[in-house]
Amino acid sequence: MIGGRRLRIERRPNASGWVVFAVSVGAIIVSLIAIGVFFRGFGVSPLQAYRELLRGALGSRLGITETIRRSIPLLAIGVGLTVAFRALFWNIGAEGQLLIGAIAGTGIALYSGLPGWMLIPAMFVGGFAGGAVWGTIPAALKVRLGINDVITTLMMNYVAIYLVDWLIHGPWKGPTMRGFAYTDRFPAAAILPKLTGTRIHWPTLAIGLTAALLIYVLVRHTRMGFEIRVAGENPEAARYSGISQMKVTLLAMALSGGLAGIAGVGEVAGVHQMLLGPGQVSLGYGYTAIIVAWLARRNPLAVILTAFLFGVIMRGGDVIKVSLGLPFQLVNVFNGVILFFLIGSEVLIRYRLRLQAVEGG
Amino acid sequence: MRPTGTRSPGPEKRRNVEIRASDAPSAAVELRGIVKRFPGVVANDGVDLSVRRGEIHCLLGENGAGKTTLMRVLYGLYQPDGGEIWLGGRPVRIGSPRAALAHRIGMVHQHFRLVPTLSVEENVVLGLHERTGPFLRFRGVRRKLERLGEEYGLRIDSGAKVWQLSVGQQQRVEILKALYREADVLIMDEPTSVLTPQEVDGLFATLRTLVDDGLTIVFITHKLDEVMRVSDRVTVLRRGRAVSTVETARTGKAELARMMVGREVVFRLEKEPHAPGDLVLEVRDLQATNDRGLPALRDVSFELRAGEILGVAGVSGNGQQELCEVITGLRRAAKGSAALMTNDLTGCSARQIADLGVAHVPTERIRVGTVPNMSIRENLILKSYRTAPFCRWVFLDEGAARRNACRAIAEYGISAPSDGTPAKLLSGGNIQRLVLARELCGAPRLVIAAHPTYGLDVGATEQIRQVLLDQRARGAGILLISEDLDEILQLSDRVLVLCAGRVMGTLDADRADVGEIGLMMAGAQRSEVGE
Repeated sequence: MIGGRRLRIERRPNASGWVVFAVSVGAIIVSLIAIGVFFRGFGVSPLQAYRELLRGALGSRLGITETIRRSIPLLAIGVGLTVAFRALFWNIGAEGQLLIGAIAGTGIALYSGLPGWMLIPAMFVGGFAGGAVWGTIPAALKVRLGINDVITTLMMNYVAIYLVDWLIHGPWKGPTMRGFAYTDRFPAAAILPKLTGTRIHWPTLAIGLTAALLIYVLVRHTRMGFEIRVAGENPEAARYSGISQMKVTLLAMALSGGLAGIAGVGEVAGVHQMLLGPGQVSLGYGYTAIIVAWLARRNPLAVILTAFLFGVIMRGGDVIKVSLGLPFQLVNVFNGVILFFLIGSEVLIRYRLRLQAVEGG
Repeated sequence: MRPTGTRSPGPEKRRNVEIRASDAPSAAVELRGIVKRFPGVVANDGVDLSVRRGEIHCLLGENGAGKTTLMRVLYGLYQPDGGEIWLGGRPVRIGSPRAALAHRIGMVHQHFRLVPTLSVEENVVLGLHERTGPFLRFRGVRRKLERLGEEYGLRIDSGAKVWQLSVGQQQRVEILKALYREADVLIMDEPTSVLTPQEVDGLFATLRTLVDDGLTIVFITHKLDEVMRVSDRVTVLRRGRAVSTVETARTGKAELARMMVGREVVFRLEKEPHAPGDLVLEVRDLQATNDRGLPALRDVSFELRAGEILGVAGVSGNGQQELCEVITGLRRAAKGSAALMTNDLTGCSARQIADLGVAHVPTERIRVGTVPNMSIRENLILKSYRTAPFCRWVFLDEGAARRNACRAIAEYGISAPSDGTPAKLLSGGNIQRLVLARELCGAPRLVIAAHPTYGLDVGATEQIRQVLLDQRARGAGILLISEDLDEILQLSDRVLVLCAGRVMGTLDADRADVGEIGLMMAGAQRSEVGE
């Protein structure tokens, strides 16, 4: 009690878009302050660190294009995750779905023997299919047998990681790579075009942006989207109104896994031009995209913004770990702290604090 | 009816004789100007309540009148936004149920607070901090429970696990729990809602013994009959305010009802004579299991004709839920058939059955019947979103949904700021109006209405019953499942009684008698009743 007044927590009847926006921005600001403590611990002034970070990510043409390059997989995966989360499916297996997409793309690039003009479209289709299959396995397990989706999607990441490792050390090890655990370099026709003078592989970016728009329309304005929303908001009501949980979950996870697979194709065909170690193919994009989708409050159009924001953090983090001599796990700390405060802030969307005078007593 | 007035003091058995003697005439509990607000609602708006020592005091009011809120304030579950609580002539602050118990106030909630996997005695001592060291000793507990059970007719096997007990027995455990904690004031929140008429009699006898022994009981109810039967005085609440406190002996049901709703209630609805038409639903030897895999329906057979309301009476948990679910395709039948006209429904999906013209007003209208975070507009097309006019190719037609919502809101009197309002912001009555508007559009042939007015205020109840009668007049067959016998008798043409998943018999509503139905609900076959 504070001088005859006390703080009370009460339910917020219906949070407006502005409240959600303000709470999200507030959560990020609080995380930045918290991470400042971390910088302080390494003897770096937080303000200087953030200035360096922003300069590295946005202060030059190179910085901006590299930021965008890192946003590309976050955008594709994040858009997909909004659908999975809408359907109340906790897909934390985007990392694995990305890798399977990368494998499928690599297989088509190196071993399909398709004519050159068909390679890139076929790689994207194959990558989408691979990720979709990887995503729908845990979906089917959940709906049919009630197996926890968090555990299956997470575990299938490891299966995908070891699959990549096995391929690059074994059957797909490139003879021209002088013993390194890489596949051979992709043929020129399988390498994605870039915007001139940058490393932005624009076809993946275009797919990501288109997907954001299509998924938005799908969820808001179509029959399937209606079913996904009902099933996600209230599974009992979905059952009652005859909506098939199996159909909805499979569809949502096919989209989610498929878009992660597209991101995987983008990384191998647009950046590395070969399949290499799983930790090199993806810099944890599958996990970071969870935060991207969460911060966007499951709105696929907002993912465009949040994916860029995390692109800034990833690129800026890379820069300051070199210029300020900070450990490379820095970006992970960033992600962890932001997710922590973001989930914590959910309470403020559903409840509000009010200072109230105490009568009597 | 029991005569009221001054009662003989009765044998002084309890431990607090002196306390009671010293402030005998003063009120046991006095609430002064209690205010309790929730977002968007004032649940209690300056309520005064004075409960005399040793009386049964009814708190009467419609659902949503603020009865439970007021008692939760007294029990320390809610902190009032204004007003004072006086106990035995002194103002007190009750910050938690623990504090309430320290003031010797106990509460039996409408939904019991028991741990099903623990035994009776374990439940009783749960949360007590007695100095027994690290180990629990139950011998003393058992002895005290036995003594209390003897004294008040609340005998129970104190070693039995709670999940093995019937609902009536579980209620006894709740009462014993309060008595074990030496409660002087016992709050009972709608204690009869889960009991058979016979169990209600037993409960009332127990309450009588308790007050004869000096306890004070606050009895929350919305049933006028119970007020007349059990109470000494009654306070009527309406929309968060105390309307009046009267001696039960000096009032009557009509006056109480008027105070409760603020106007005369029409107790008789307009009902056209019974003119049954073609067979709509034929159920034959239906068997099904419940969620735990135990038999829930045993060889249930009945017929329902067009233009007829068949009421299904029974204490909850006797197969009503499973019957609804099997007919609407939400549960598989183990054996037997349910046929709508000529279509066998067993084996059909919920969607196929709905498309055949079966409307379903589910028991849990919020948890099952609506999507709380979605708008009224979207909730209204929950079952018709797949086809024109609401869907063109794969795209939803917002305009059509909006026009549909406007029509439904006007026709059923759903009160809401707009058709975009999320369903979770609606009151119970408006949610039910929404569900009915959705289910009854398209003139269904069969209407399954499960507890359609449960927890609704008198206004909404009346409207919803009238809507069901209109459907009957239109020629729909209606299966009405309800625990409210008055409702069943008022609306139904025939009454079917279920007990333990068996049909105990079917009666004509005109000639049915509540006592007879009560016996059948408790498991007596139709033929036995007649003898």
